[in-house]
Amino acid sequence: MGEFRMPSLGADMETGKLVEWLVKPGDRFKRGDIVATVETQKGLFEVEIFEEGIMGEPLVQAGQRVPVGTVLAVTHPEGAVAVTESTMQAPPGETAGKPSGPLETLSAPAATPPQPSLSAERVPCSPSARRLAAELGVNIEDVRGTGPHGAIQRTDVEMAAHHPAAPAETSVPSPTAPATSGTLQEGMRQAIAAAMSRSNREIPHYYLEMDIDMSRTLKWLEGENLKHPIRERILPAALLLKAVAKALQDVPELNGYWLDDHLQVKPEIHIGFAVALRGGGLITPAIHNVDRLALSELMKAVGDLIERTRAGRLRSSEMSDGTMTVTNLGDLGVRTVFGVIYPPQVALVTFGRIMERPWAEGGMLGVRRCVTATLAADHRATDGHRGSQFLDALDRHMQHPEAL
Amino acid sequence: MSKQSATVETSYREALKEAIREAMTRDERVFLMGEDVGHYGGCYAVSKGLLAEFGPERIRDTPLSESAFVGAGIGAALGGMRPIVEVMTVNFSLLALDQIMNNAATIRHMSGGQFNVPLVIRMATGAGKQLAAQHAHSLEGWYAHIPGIRILAPATLEDARGMLWPALLDPDPVLIFENNTLYNLEGTLPENAVAVDIDKAKVMHTGNDLTIISYSASLFKCLDAAKALSREGVEAEVIDLRTLRPLDDATYLASIAKTHRALIVDEGWRSGGISAEISARIMEQAFYELDIPVERVCSAEVPIPYARHLEEAALPQVDTIIAAAKRMVSHG
Amino acid sequence: MNSTIDREHAIDQLRMMLLIRRFEEKSAELYSASKIRGFLHLYIGEEAVAVGVMASLAPEDGVVATYREHGQALARGVSANRIMAEMYGKQEGCSRGRGGSMHIFDAATRFYGGNAIVAGGIPLAVGLALAEMMRGCNTVTCCFFGDGAVAEGYFHESMNLAALWKLPVLFLCENNLYAMGTAIRYTQAAPDIAAKGAAYGMKATAVDGMDVVAVEGAARAAADHIRKGNGPYLLECRTYRFRPHSMFDTELYRTRDEVNQWKKRDPIDLLARRLYDTGGFNDQDMDVLEQSVAVEVEAAVAFAEAGTLEPVEDLTRFVNSERSDA
Repeated sequence: MGEFRMPSLGADMETGKLVEWLVKPGDRFKRGDIVATVETQKGLFEVEIFEEGIMGEPLVQAGQRVPVGTVLAVTHPEGAVAVTESTMQAPPGETAGKPSGPLETLSAPAATPPQPSLSAERVPCSPSARRLAAELGVNIEDVRGTGPHGAIQRTDVEMAAHHPAAPAETSVPSPTAPATSGTLQEGMRQAIAAAMSRSNREIPHYYLEMDIDMSRTLKWLEGENLKHPIRERILPAALLLKAVAKALQDVPELNGYWLDDHLQVKPEIHIGFAVALRGGGLITPAIHNVDRLALSELMKAVGDLIERTRAGRLRSSEMSDGTMTVTNLGDLGVRTVFGVIYPPQVALVTFGRIMERPWAEGGMLGVRRCVTATLAADHRATDGHRGSQFLDALDRHMQHPEAL
Repeated sequence: MSKQSATVETSYREALKEAIREAMTRDERVFLMGEDVGHYGGCYAVSKGLLAEFGPERIRDTPLSESAFVGAGIGAALGGMRPIVEVMTVNFSLLALDQIMNNAATIRHMSGGQFNVPLVIRMATGAGKQLAAQHAHSLEGWYAHIPGIRILAPATLEDARGMLWPALLDPDPVLIFENNTLYNLEGTLPENAVAVDIDKAKVMHTGNDLTIISYSASLFKCLDAAKALSREGVEAEVIDLRTLRPLDDATYLASIAKTHRALIVDEGWRSGGISAEISARIMEQAFYELDIPVERVCSAEVPIPYARHLEEAALPQVDTIIAAAKRMVSHG
Repeated sequence: MNSTIDREHAIDQLRMMLLIRRFEEKSAELYSASKIRGFLHLYIGEEAVAVGVMASLAPEDGVVATYREHGQALARGVSANRIMAEMYGKQEGCSRGRGGSMHIFDAATRFYGGNAIVAGGIPLAVGLALAEMMRGCNTVTCCFFGDGAVAEGYFHESMNLAALWKLPVLFLCENNLYAMGTAIRYTQAAPDIAAKGAAYGMKATAVDGMDVVAVEGAARAAADHIRKGNGPYLLECRTYRFRPHSMFDTELYRTRDEVNQWKKRDPIDLLARRLYDTGGFNDQDMDVLEQSVAVEVEAAVAFAEAGTLEPVEDLTRFVNSERSDA
């Protein structure tokens, strides 16, 4: 049994329309006989057959358009009994659709064009200057460009590295590389001093504190971490951050700025994350949209942020757009932290060390792993009632780590 | 040069002729053919006297049929000779573009490496002599688009003298573009001038403030500009590309790593030209070295006009190069 | 049959024409089955030209071919296996799969391509002949081209140059009456191609291209003329292709009747009939030829099927000479 297929009649031919069968089932044919006519974009072709035999039932009828290679009819060798191949799969006809495969995989490109990565307000800066700034630990935001269109060039960066501008009173501490020069260290110290003084001077802080039982959460986390290689493991800090973000969703008044005697609640949750620099000083770059990050992404973001902060490669936006701040001094063994809010933010959550403590519950005394969470909030923006609701929400979210 | 050797006064034209003479003497497979290369002495007098010296077998006047004699050069190269084919100007070479593109550049690949084409084609290129729009273009950048051929643009006497021999040694087709304003260039060469490297670009003037990348006749405008800039305290590094295909990226990239500014000066048109190619390579390979966008000084996008003032305005000139360089270094 | 024609030689010629015919029929089949891609131009009907002309050439002579060159290559002695493998795009092909049907090159037989720019090979042949002459070799460079090429400037420039320099070129025009699908009466003001040779001062004749004996005789005369140092020669072989121009062609430009008229002068039948008529050749002998040809074609297909693909990492090889192959 043989197969007579839709021939390829040119490199650009993908399909052909069978116009007419010139042989009937049962007809004998020999090599070179014209057995059908086929129409392509080029016109009408007479199609020859390259074997001898007897034509079987056509599988494609006149008028159908099929892809090259489709079996048009089964053929039988001379003397063989013709059999009807009822199981033969009918080839796709014109109405049955287009040839499958390549056409399907070549789906239209995504409708949304790639988002430009530059914001409209991006400071023009030459690629070389940008790289130099990273090397010298200079924040591009602090450099005044003197190039065309105010672009920052290499000389501007060099100038800034040698003579860092004193931070404005209202600015948050600037990122700088560890110990590049005594001048930079001093600049940062002064910036922190200015911001903190202003905070203590202007912001009426109130403090609320709560012990949170972390036992269940940490157990869950340990179980999860066993499933992953070391580099993908999640640290408790990520849980704390995520729980804070969730709690902020419940109590949004703590997420925002106090400006012009008004509270501006921010819709996005960018949590400033205090990072201590090895050479001294403190930077609080923000992790963006913490509420929308999965724990694994958040972990990656924290790691990335710490690394870049210490290498002096922070993006300017990360420095200035935190909507509230978290400080975690647990590493150092501190139990409770009473922090100072970074203006114009209105809240700061601090965590001490996670440690085993006696814990009474349901009349039983046990040992639990706990952490003390302290909320510092701006009394101009909120009061203790909202603050309590926040800490309550924080505890609640912490007890359901699988939902974080 | 470590040793002082005797020097001779010569010109670009004489250097080319001496190179042909040397090649014909060293290798009997070498012959020259083209329009008016024999009895006339060459359109630019490069081959003047060679007919008497080597005879009509090896200095062959051809009919005005660029496609046939360039094709015959390819055939002769296939057949074991080492032809030097002279095409009168780059504009006329378009009559033979089919042979250059569809045969010379492809036969080696198309035959799976069985045949190669050791052919050298020389042609005049460039504007500056008021020859107008059918004799004065700079199309070497076009040719540099084609894989399978090598493109040389000798600017200096040294290269005019030294590029031909290595070009003939190259097993693949080599096109040599001689800017018509250079034929009268005079200077000295060592008496025993030798073959030069045809792979590398060359730093012709050193400086730390910006890199000027050029080739052929524009090179000298760049060098003049660099001298003027130096008097104003701007130190430009000037690079002669010498070979347009394959481009020696390393030399100009190393310079840009030092200067952080790149200016390309090309007598070809800007759109789709070799200057665009070099600019793209800088973006690809040295983006983070750049302190200011790459700039180009190219010919105006017009057919080269006849009138002197218009022709001058159409071409890169020393003052336009200086202006561009100053603009680039004025900010810091 | 002419008693001066050696019977064995005639049978060889018949076999070569049969080989070309069957090889190309197989090629058409393999094209239909998508084994061969690109353009495929079949020589069927014109076999007598290549077979007759190649018989007049010596191994050291050079050949520049057209893009309808399977027949020219086979008759020149290029291996059927390597031609088929080339059309399969395999690295065992003569051009390592980089040329395909239109670019068969073979250094061993001095076969300079498969040239697919119509007339573009003519100046190459002129240059090859120039090199031969300058190197003192008494060879002929045979350049195949069609009637379509006669309209190109290349033809005229090259004829002039070759005649001017008295180069040893055999300009071999396969006049099959159609430049692709346009009849010569629509493209040539003076359709006598041989006469154009005379205009350039070279000897030129025309011959019945369906008759291999006549073609060989004319080609030998032409080659002798060239070898004696008389300069180039234009030989016009009047022939006909039985198949469409390429696999794309619906043959709107000629009638079935015209094709059938020409098929009555099928070069294979013409020679076979002569052999029958002179005796000593019968159906059985013909079967033997058919069978041996069939074996050779099948072997070529098997060789091509078994061939391997060049690694993609080698894509840019052979663009420039490598030190190892220079």
